[in-house]
Order: sequence, then C-alpha cells, then structure tokens
Amino acid sequence: MNAMTKKQLSIIATKLRMLIVEGTHAAKCGHPGGSLSSADLLAYLYNVEMNVDPANPRDPNRDRFVLSKGHAAPVLYAALAEKGFFPKEEIWHLRHLGAMLQGHPDMNGVPGVDMSTGSLGQGVSAAAGMALAAKMTGKDYRVYALLGDGEIEEGQVWEAAMFAAAKKLDNLVIVVDNNNLQIDGTIEEVNSPYPIPEKFAAFGCNTIVIDGHDFDQIEAALNNAKETKGKPTAIVMTTTKGKGVSFMENAVGWHGVAPNDEQYEVAMAELNALLAEQQKEV
Amino acid sequence: MAEIVKKATRDGYGQALCDLAEVKSDFVVLDADLAAATKTGMFKKAHPDRFVDCGIAEGNMMSVAAGLAASGLTVFASSFAMFAAGRAFEQVRNSIGYPHLNVKIGATHAGLSVGEDGATHQCNEDIALMRSIPGMTIINPADAVEAKKAVFAAAQADGPFYLRFGRLAVPVVFDDDYPFEIGKGVELVEGTDVTIIATGLMVNEALIAAENLKAEGVSARVINMATIKPIDKEIIVKAASETGAIVTAEEHSVIGGLGSAVAEVLVESTPVPMVRVGVQDAFGKSGPALKVLEMYGLTAANIAAKAKEVIARK
Repeated sequence: MNAMTKKQLSIIATKLRMLIVEGTHAAKCGHPGGSLSSADLLAYLYNVEMNVDPANPRDPNRDRFVLSKGHAAPVLYAALAEKGFFPKEEIWHLRHLGAMLQGHPDMNGVPGVDMSTGSLGQGVSAAAGMALAAKMTGKDYRVYALLGDGEIEEGQVWEAAMFAAAKKLDNLVIVVDNNNLQIDGTIEEVNSPYPIPEKFAAFGCNTIVIDGHDFDQIEAALNNAKETKGKPTAIVMTTTKGKGVSFMENAVGWHGVAPNDEQYEVAMAELNALLAEQQKEV
Repeated sequence: MAEIVKKATRDGYGQALCDLAEVKSDFVVLDADLAAATKTGMFKKAHPDRFVDCGIAEGNMMSVAAGLAASGLTVFASSFAMFAAGRAFEQVRNSIGYPHLNVKIGATHAGLSVGEDGATHQCNEDIALMRSIPGMTIINPADAVEAKKAVFAAAQADGPFYLRFGRLAVPVVFDDDYPFEIGKGVELVEGTDVTIIATGLMVNEALIAAENLKAEGVSARVINMATIKPIDKEIIVKAASETGAIVTAEEHSVIGGLGSAVAEVLVESTPVPMVRVGVQDAFGKSGPALKVLEMYGLTAANIAAKAKEVIARK
C-alpha cells in the first residue's frame, strides 16, 4: 500500500467515525464504542480488500462481509453509505420507526448488507455457510466476518471455528475486534476469553495478531489469509473501543449509549479537526 | 381391505431427497451426526458432494444453513425435532426466519413415537415453537407418501419450512394420487355429526375412529391437516358450521400445536364445542412407541370417546 492510499484510508476512516457519531446521536441510542473501534478495518475492507459493487449489491460473485457483532451496525452503515450503496442521509434516520436502517443489520432492507445479524455468535456460522457455498458451487469469492471479543464468549463461535477448520474453509476470514471491553466491564472481569489467538489456533485456524488501527498490519494480515490454503484465518486485532473520540476511548460506559447534544458537538469537533489535518496531508 | 403397508415418514423424507436430486440441482443437505437416523444418509450415499455433516452442533448448523441459503442454495437441514426446533430455536428464528431464507428444516423423531429413548428425545413442543416464528411454514405429513410430496413442495416454495417426520413405521394411508397442497387440509371422510381434524400419525387413528363411530351410528368427518401453518381456516370453519363439533388429534402438546391453531380459528369465527386430543402438558416416557402412544391417549379409541363427548356438548 502506498503512502497516498494509506492517507486516503485514514480520511475515509475518520468520515466513518463521523457518520457513527452522527447516526447514534440522531438515534439517541445505539452502539458507538465497538463501531468506532472497527472503523479502520471496515474502511480497508470496503475500499481496498473486497470485490463489491454498489451498483450490483447482490452480485453472486461478490465478496461477502458478515457483521457478526451486529450491534456495531453504525460502522457497517457508514462504510456502505460512504461506498455509495445508499445515501448518507439514511444515517440520520438510524433506528427511527419506518426508516431503512434498523438497530441491527437487515439483509433484506439495506443494500450491501449480506446477512441479518444481531444475535451474537450466529453471524460467524452464517459466514462459514457462505464460504462453504463458494466451495460447493465453484466460486472464488471470499467471506469476512467481524466478531466482538465479548461475542466469542458465545459457544457457537467455537462450533463455527471448529466447522470452518474441519471443512478447510480457506476463503473465510474471521476478525476479532479485541477492544477488551464488553457491557458489564472488561472482558477479563466478565468471563475472560483470553488467550484468544491460542484458542483459534487450537481450533485449527491460521491465526494472526495485529494492531487494528494500523492499515499496513491490516493489509499484511489479509494478504497472509489469502496465501493460506486449507484452513480459515482468524485475525485478532487489538483496538481501542471508542477510538477517535477522546471521551469515549477505553470507557466501558460507551458500549451502548449515544452522545447527547453537547457530547455530539465535542466529538464532531475532534473528528473535524482530525479530518482537516488528514486532508492537509493529501 | 388391502394389506397395510407400514413405513416411517423419515424414510419418506430420505427417499424424497434422493428423488428430488433427479430433478433439482441447486440444493444441499445438512445433518448433525444423525444421518443414519434422519435418513439423510440415503442422500449422503447417493450425492456425497451435496451433503455436509455439521457434527453435533445444531445451532451452528442452522446458521451455516442460513449462510448457504443467503448464497443462493436451497438447504435441507436435518436433526431430531428436539434439537432442530428446541436447541436451535433462536438460530432458526434469527438466522433463518427473520431473513426469510430458503432453509427447509427436516426434523425427524418428533413426538412420543420415538419410544424407548424417552422424554429427553420425545419432542412434543416443536410445532408450538415453530408456529411462533413469522413466515415459517409447518408441515406434518401423515405418511411416507405425503412426506415425499411435502419435500417436493417445500423445495419449490420460497422461504423457511419446518417439515416434521416420525421415527415409527406407520400405515401408508395415501396413494400417489393424493392431492397434497401447502396450506390445504383435505377431507378424507365425509361426516355430519362431528369433525376430527388430525395431523401426522394421528390421521390413521382418526380414520379408524371414524369407522368405529360409524358402526355406532355416529357420522364423523375426518380432515387431514398436514400444513399446520398457515392453517387452512376455510376447511375448519366449514367443518364447524356443518358438523357443529370438533376434535383435534395430534402427536404433540395440546399447547401450541394443531389443537391450538384450530381453536384460534374457531373462537374468532365459528365457536363450537371442541376437544383437543394430544399430549396433555406432560413429558413423555420410555417404552415401545405404540404402548407410549396408548398411555397418553393418542389412539383411535380415545378419539372416538372424545368425539362422543364433544357431540354431547352441542
């Protein structure tokens, strides 16, 4: 990845973060923390990695993304809107009655959403099913699933990991957003799933640990996944929950709470300042 | 009367999958380590490249099925009713039902007729669970012929299906000309005093009950209600209007199954005296299937007795 691409990705990621803040503020609820932590990954996936076309969102040969941590819907909606799947104005109606954007992703209602998710642990299995479908029908698309680190306390995640390895689904990439926080506290306090990479390795996955806010590391891990044959790849990305908004960073309370008007102004001012700086460099 | 041929509906299911493969290519079959029992093993043997054993992980299997269906394939996902509808309820609800995907759940070993395995495996609650999911079609075939027709119809229809099959070999009551249609009850015997609406293996018991009642001068109509959701309101209302009394008969809890579905139609349209023959809010027990069915009153004799009771209430 050249320096210019990286700078442009940084700008996109900041724009996604702004849309996350705008959407949750407009909804007066939602999940900003875990959306902000995965904004860099989604910026990379939708703008570099994945073969997707907003003009043909149901292309049978497209790559698929499954937001297994469905509560982070704001980051997915932001990435899809930024890519042009639907107008950004939809974000302002997030979670409103009658609006297109539901609290959790609905594959039948939103262009670009590949799977309805929200009940934790199920999306990764569905992603495995999509990867299996590619193998069974001779297609070469790839499937990406994003999980929360709290989510992997669900037993179904490990059923899915076992299944994906047993069926040699090397077209499946499981990414864990390891921001270390869940609703009731740190993931160690609640019901520690650590050590995470060792667990995925034991289940038969090619396992990589990266900094989830570093585009070079994201790129290297996803390329490694492509080169790895005969088994799925699990990328454990270390992230900061609430990344990009100073008062949300690493704060347990910002899992499922929206910014009020005052907090919204502060958050947007910070992100606007960051964006201006990033745009100056391009 | 011709010699009675007995065949389990699960055998009808396994054979139907194999037959379906002759005419349809874009479907796959999943199982959860029970292929020999659910009879998907017949399909596995014939089409190993289109069969996936998901192991003992039914929740994962249902969500994998959803992912396959979201990728354009029709999926038959099989396990015992207890695990398909019970353990994996939430996966069926959220991964399959909510997105309205083309997953056809082939649930075998439903009801008390599992027999010796006992209460943990005798699922009498699956219809109730599946009825609660919006957009789910539920079919409970009476014999192996109807089982095959149900599989073919489900494969051609859009959206999620719950196909309920049994372990026990039961009399084959229909021939290949039987007019199966999703969402339609079928009147098997004409009658004017009472209507017996039955599903699954209770259809044959209802036919016997009607014959015995006839000998006693009671004219009992018999309806086979294979599709429990969407329920055929028209045939229920007609039966209530014309016969004035209803008995339902099912190998399932009287809570949430066929009896509930029929009662819901009647109270909102044509209230008439009604009795529900089924499992009376109880767990099952180990024993030979026919003995267990008898112990819980799932017999022609009990249907006939209840028919007379309900007629007396008119």
